[in-house]
Amino acid sequence: MAAKHVIDPITRIEGHLRIEIEVDDTTNIVQEASSSSTAFRGFENIMRGRDPKDVGMFAQRICGVCTFHHYERGVEATEMAYGVTIPPNARSLRNLIWAAQAVNDHSTHFYQLHAMDWFDVVSALDADPVAATEIAHQFHATPYNASESHYTMVAQRLLAFVQSGQLGPFAGGYWGHPKYRLSPEENLIIASHYLDNLAVQRMSAKASAIFGGKNPHPQSMIVGGMTSARDGLDAHRIAEYQFLMQKSMDFVERAYLPDLEMIGRRYQTEALAGEGGGLRNYMSFGAMALDEQPWERRAHLLPAGLIIDRDMSTVHSVDPMKIAEEVSHSWYTYEGGSDSLHPLDGQTNPNYEGLNADGTLKTEGGYSWIKAPRYDGMPVEVGPLARMLIAYAAGDEAVQQVMDDFTTKINVPFEFWYSTVGRTIARGLETKVIGDAIPGLIGKLTNNVKSGDDRFYNQFEVKDGPGWAMGEAPRGALSHWLTVENGSVANYQAIVPSTWNASPKDGREQRGAYEAALVTQPMVDPTRPLEVVRTVHSFDPCLACAVHILNRDGEEIASFEVEV
Amino acid sequence: MTVAPRQHGLGANHDLDLRTQEHYEWLAAEADKNLDRLEAQDPVNDTTLDEVLKRRGISRRDFLKMSAVMTATLGLPPMFDLRVARAQEVATRIPVIWQELQSCSGNSMALIRNANPGTDELLLDLISLEYAEILMAPSGQAAEDVLAASIEKYDGAYIAVFEGSVPVGDDGNFLTIGPAGETGVEKVEHIAKHAAAVIAAGSCSAYGGIPAARPNPTTAMGVGDFLASRGISKPVVNLPACPVSSTNVVGTILEYAMFGRLPSLDAYGRPLWAYQDRIHDKCERRGHFDAGEFVEGWTDIEGLKEGLCLFKVGCKGPMAYNNCGVVRYNEGASWPIMSGHGCIGCSEPGFWDTLTPFEVPLAGRLYSTPFGTDANADTIGTAVLGAAAAGVAIHAGATAIKAATEKRYEGQEKE
Repeated sequence: MAAKHVIDPITRIEGHLRIEIEVDDTTNIVQEASSSSTAFRGFENIMRGRDPKDVGMFAQRICGVCTFHHYERGVEATEMAYGVTIPPNARSLRNLIWAAQAVNDHSTHFYQLHAMDWFDVVSALDADPVAATEIAHQFHATPYNASESHYTMVAQRLLAFVQSGQLGPFAGGYWGHPKYRLSPEENLIIASHYLDNLAVQRMSAKASAIFGGKNPHPQSMIVGGMTSARDGLDAHRIAEYQFLMQKSMDFVERAYLPDLEMIGRRYQTEALAGEGGGLRNYMSFGAMALDEQPWERRAHLLPAGLIIDRDMSTVHSVDPMKIAEEVSHSWYTYEGGSDSLHPLDGQTNPNYEGLNADGTLKTEGGYSWIKAPRYDGMPVEVGPLARMLIAYAAGDEAVQQVMDDFTTKINVPFEFWYSTVGRTIARGLETKVIGDAIPGLIGKLTNNVKSGDDRFYNQFEVKDGPGWAMGEAPRGALSHWLTVENGSVANYQAIVPSTWNASPKDGREQRGAYEAALVTQPMVDPTRPLEVVRTVHSFDPCLACAVHILNRDGEEIASFEVEV
Repeated sequence: MTVAPRQHGLGANHDLDLRTQEHYEWLAAEADKNLDRLEAQDPVNDTTLDEVLKRRGISRRDFLKMSAVMTATLGLPPMFDLRVARAQEVATRIPVIWQELQSCSGNSMALIRNANPGTDELLLDLISLEYAEILMAPSGQAAEDVLAASIEKYDGAYIAVFEGSVPVGDDGNFLTIGPAGETGVEKVEHIAKHAAAVIAAGSCSAYGGIPAARPNPTTAMGVGDFLASRGISKPVVNLPACPVSSTNVVGTILEYAMFGRLPSLDAYGRPLWAYQDRIHDKCERRGHFDAGEFVEGWTDIEGLKEGLCLFKVGCKGPMAYNNCGVVRYNEGASWPIMSGHGCIGCSEPGFWDTLTPFEVPLAGRLYSTPFGTDANADTIGTAVLGAAAAGVAIHAGATAIKAATEKRYEGQEKE
C-alpha cells in the first residue's frame, strides 16, 4: 500500500509549487511523485498589442529572483525581429550584469533558499566554537569569518533568538531529522555563513545595479544596446563593480566552496546511491553570449548542447525545431487531435479540472498549470548541473578542472554528479567558473573603450516579423518567442527553466525532472519530508506561474502561453 | 489602530504646512506615548537593547548613527533619532506575516537586500518574521501550521504584508496555496481579517500591477481594492514600485512601531514620507531639464555621457511619486535615471497601460496606449489615472510640466 502525501506550499522558492508523493507503507520508498504549479498570471496575453521595444520590461516581471534574464531575453527577441545587433560595449555591460546576477543568484540560492535542507540550526547551538574553528580550517587555509570569537558570537546570537520564543523563519523546520548529517560544529559553520551571506549577497546585487540601475528588476537595457553608457565609461564605476565582485567571490572561495566540500563528504552516501539523480538527459541553450553571431553559431561562456542518457562521449547540438509541448497531464486541451505542438504553433485551451475531494491532485488527468515541454520527445533536465556536464563533455578545461578537482579531493567517481548532492555542488562550482571569468569581461570592456569605441547602442529600423532568443538563466534554459505584426506584439511566448524541470508527465507517462528525481527516494518519515524538499530545492525552482490566456470574462482568446 | 488624518493635498506646498515645529512636537508626543505603551506590554522578548547590541557586536554609538540614517530617510528631524532607536528596540515585538500571491518574489528579494538594518538584523533583532515563504525553513503542512499558530497567537496584533495581486477570476482558481488547495482569495481574506494592519508591498499588491495590465487575464486586483470589495475594513498602506524599495517597507514598519499608527497617506494609500515628492522634482538631472538640456535619442552618446535630462527618451518622472532619487537602490548604488534610462512610473496605478510605450515622451504628443485610449498629457490625470482626488492634483502637476516642457521644446531644443 502506498500513502499519498501533499507538500504545499514548497517554500524557499520563487512562486507557488505543490509536490505530491506516494510512499510505500512498508519500505517508505517514494513510488510516485507529481509536480504541480498552482498559480497563473497570463503574461503573454498581457504582452499582446504592446510596443515590441517594451516587452523586455514586461517580461522581466515574470520573475523577480532570476531578475534580468527575462529582461535580456525579451529585448533579444525584439532585436532579432528587428535584425539589430548590439555594440561590444553593450554586450560587455549585459554580460557583467549577467555574471553578477549569476553569482548573486547561486550563492543566495544556496544559503538562503537551500542550506536549511543541509544544516540543522538547532544542532548548531550545541557546537563548540573552538572545535568549529579547527574544522573550518580543515576545509580552507584561511576560512571566512572563522574564529572562536566569531563562532561564539553567532552561537550566542542564535541562542538568544531561539530563547526569545519568536523563531521567525526557523520555526517549524525539520530540526533533528536523522537525514541531517553534519556535526554541531559543521552546522554552526554553515549557520554562520547563512548569516554572513545575508550581507555578502548585497554586494553582488549592488554590483549588478551599477550598470543595471537597480536590482531586482534592472532598467538600463534597450533594444539595440544599453543606456548606462556613463557608468560603462567611468573607471570609478567599473572599479566599484570589480571590487564588489572580488569581495563576493572571496566569500565564494572561502565559505561557499568549503561548505560544499563539507556537504560533499558528509552526504556522499546519498550521492553515490544516486538519490535525486532523476532524468538522464541534460540540455543547455548556452550561457552568456560572447559575440553577435546568430544563436546557432554563437560562442558562449558555457556551451549549448544536449547529453542523452548520460552518455558523456557525445554532445549533441540543439535544434530549436525539436522542442514541443504536451498537455496530457496539464490543465489544457489541444484542438485538432494533436498531442504535441511546437511552441510556435502552440495552443492554450485552459481546462482546469480541480482537485479531488480530499484536496489531492487528479493525477490521472490534468494536474498542473505547467505544460510538459519535451526535446525530441524526451524529458530533459536543465540548470547548472546540465550546463556543467555539457561543458565538461564538450572539453571546457576550466569546467573539467573544477569538477575533477572536486571528485579527486573527496575521492568519488564521476557518477557522484548524478544526484541531488551533485546538482547542488555543480551550482557552486559554476559560480567559481563564472566569477573567474569576470576579470576577462572587465578587460574586454576597458580595452574596447581604450581603443576609442564609446558606442553602447546600434540604430535600427522597426519592422514586422518573428524573433526569438535562447540562452540560460541561472536555473537553466530560457527561451522567448515573439511575433511582431503591424508594429506591435501579435504573440509572445516563453519556455522557462522550471517549465522543463517542474513539468508534469507527458502523453507517454514520462515524468518531468523533479518527479523523476523523487521516485525511488527512501524516506525516514513522509510527514517530515526533508529528503523531498532537499531534492526539489536542488533544482532551484522558479515557478512564478504557468500561464494561459483568458479574457476578463473567462473566455479563451488566444493560443500561446508563458510559463514561469 | 488609527490612521492619522491626511494633512495636505498632493502638489501643494505641503512641506510648509506639514513640517512645522508644532506638528513635530505633536508627533513626538504621540511617539512617546506609543513607545511607552509598547514597552509596558508583556514583552515577547525581554532582552534589553543593550544586550541586543552586544550580541550584534555593535556599539551604541553605531546604533544611534544607524537610527539617525533611518530618521532622515523617514523625513523626520533629528529630534526623532532617539525615538527611532527606541522604536527599533520595541519593534522586536511586532510580528509580521508575509504572504505571496500573484507575485514574482521581486519584493521579497528587494527586502532581503535591504541595508541598515540588514536582513540578518531585520530577522534576528528587528521584527518577528513569522511567516515568509521565501525564507522559512518548513514546507507543506509544517509551514501551514506555522501560519495558523502565528495568526492565533498574534490575533489582531500582526502586520500582514502581501506581495502580488489577488486573482479573483474563475472563483479564485488561478492561485491555490497550501495542502487544502485554498485559493489566494481565501488566504488574503483570512490573513487580513486577523491583522492589525495591512501593507501592500510592490505595485502588484498595491494596485494589481502587471497581472492586472490589460486585458487582465485573471481579473487581478490590488489587495486594498480587494479587501474593500469584500467589505473587510482594515487599514492598508500601499507601497508601490516594481519592486518596492526595501527602505519604504522597513521605514513603514518602524513608523508603525514608533507612532502606533500607520503613516499619513496620499489619495493612493501611499505614505507621504516616501511618496510625497515627484521623481521629477527630486531628480538629479532636474537642472538639465530646467536648462533645456536633453538626451535627444539613444544615439546621443554625448547626452548620455553628460547625464542630461531623459524626458525626450520617455522618462515618466514628471508623472511618478516616489523617493527613488533620494534613497536610490542597492545601498545607493544607482537608480534607473542614474543609469540613463527614464523612469517608467512604476509606483503609479495602472502604469503598465497608462505610461507605455516606455520610450515615448509624455508631453507634446497624443497619449496613445496600444488599446486606443487617446489623450494628451493634459488629461492623463483624470482620464487615465482615475481616482478623482489625486487625479486632479497630478493633473495640475502634469499640466504645469507640460506647459513648461512645450516651451522648452519650442525654444531651447539642442540643435
